[in-house]
Amino acid sequence: MASEKTMTRTIRLRVNGKEHSLDVPSRRLLVDCLRYDLGLTGTKEGCSVGVCGACTVLMDGQPISSCLALAVFADGKEIVTVEGIAREGKLDRVQQSFIDHGGFQCGSCTPGMVVTARALLDANPNPSQDEIKEWMLGNLCRCTGYYQIIESIQGAAGEASDA
Amino acid sequence: MHNFEYREPDTLEEVLALLGELGEEAKIVAGGTALVIMLNQRLLVPSHLISLRKLRDIDQIESSDGTLQLGALATLRAVETSPLVKEQSPVLAETYAQVATLRIRNMATVGGSLAHADPNQDPPVTLMALDARVGLASANGSREVALDEFFIDYYETVVRPDELVTRVMVPRAAPHTGSAYLKFLPRTSEDYATVGVAARVSLEPDSGVCQDCRLVLGGVGATPLRARDAEDLLKGQKSTPELLEAVAAAARQLTDPVGDSRGSAQYKRAMTGVFVGRAIDQAWERALA
Repeated sequence: MASEKTMTRTIRLRVNGKEHSLDVPSRRLLVDCLRYDLGLTGTKEGCSVGVCGACTVLMDGQPISSCLALAVFADGKEIVTVEGIAREGKLDRVQQSFIDHGGFQCGSCTPGMVVTARALLDANPNPSQDEIKEWMLGNLCRCTGYYQIIESIQGAAGEASDA
Repeated sequence: MHNFEYREPDTLEEVLALLGELGEEAKIVAGGTALVIMLNQRLLVPSHLISLRKLRDIDQIESSDGTLQLGALATLRAVETSPLVKEQSPVLAETYAQVATLRIRNMATVGGSLAHADPNQDPPVTLMALDARVGLASANGSREVALDEFFIDYYETVVRPDELVTRVMVPRAAPHTGSAYLKFLPRTSEDYATVGVAARVSLEPDSGVCQDCRLVLGGVGATPLRARDAEDLLKGQKSTPELLEAVAAAARQLTDPVGDSRGSAQYKRAMTGVFVGRAIDQAWERALA
């Protein structure tokens, strides 16, 4: 039987630009590591099976479900959470546009929406409405604010990131 | 989730040696999108996870002598967006693009998706219609298995506990061949299919009859199902509505669906017939193009 020691790993990761070195149990989920070990509670856990998109973070720039990733997967990786989207106290264009267009109601899905939308605009600064729908289809909003979410992303498109 | 020892070897040789040593005690993890859920739900309680995440060079997508080679660690997203795959096998890129969501496709891998052997997945259906072969390696050597001999039952394959899926080979299509994958999604677009159908049709250019074909059904049995009786009806024939109805009936016969939120068993069987007809039509059109 493996001991507690062999079931713990030291991981080094960069989260929102800051380096961390952490000892985590092998079974630690990335979403729990972010929320409880690093105190970054902006990332929400919704369905816990990778469907709803609430826990979306960027790993090396790509959207992933942090509820489906073990924390050890993040060793050596760059993670961006919703807390890393604003810079120096100034909201990113995507965030401002969600405010301007009423892109959220209860807000549970919003952190996942914002990081997923940021990754879209980084990859494709001028997405069509169909491209927005295709990219965002895995982020669910139970307040059914989808039109406003699409408008929010369109409102943030076409201009350089403030990042 | 129970705890386990997480090992992350740097080389394929080390992975295979560990697998040989630990066998069924260990589970392989690559993207983790399926395995982490199974661990979280305590469907699996391995003492060790052997991670492939530090391996290099088995995520390549390349072509040699017309055969497309997908490294086991290529992500679904990498296949979907690969210019080489789009050029050599557009239906394969289209199929991978239809899997779940962007987040899953960014994490899940080609090899993991096959080893997981969930019969509701999309890629195995198309890969089987394309006569794909799977490369397996162990500390004692390597072998290749045709994908239509790979799956045994729900979540079961011919992969031995000491073996690892290392690559998938997709042969070049014959001239005058068209392929299609249709995924019937009556609920939401990131769902598993109610039924998925892959068809490949090769035409005799002068006569316009079907020279060879493959027809594979996903989500309506314990494994992806190759509809050989239906294929036989199509071979040597021209496409007519009567023939397609007979082919659809043969395909429906083969299914053994489980009723769930994506449809009752009866509905899934009926929709199999409908989507078989549409998939053959689309493949046939592409073969003429």
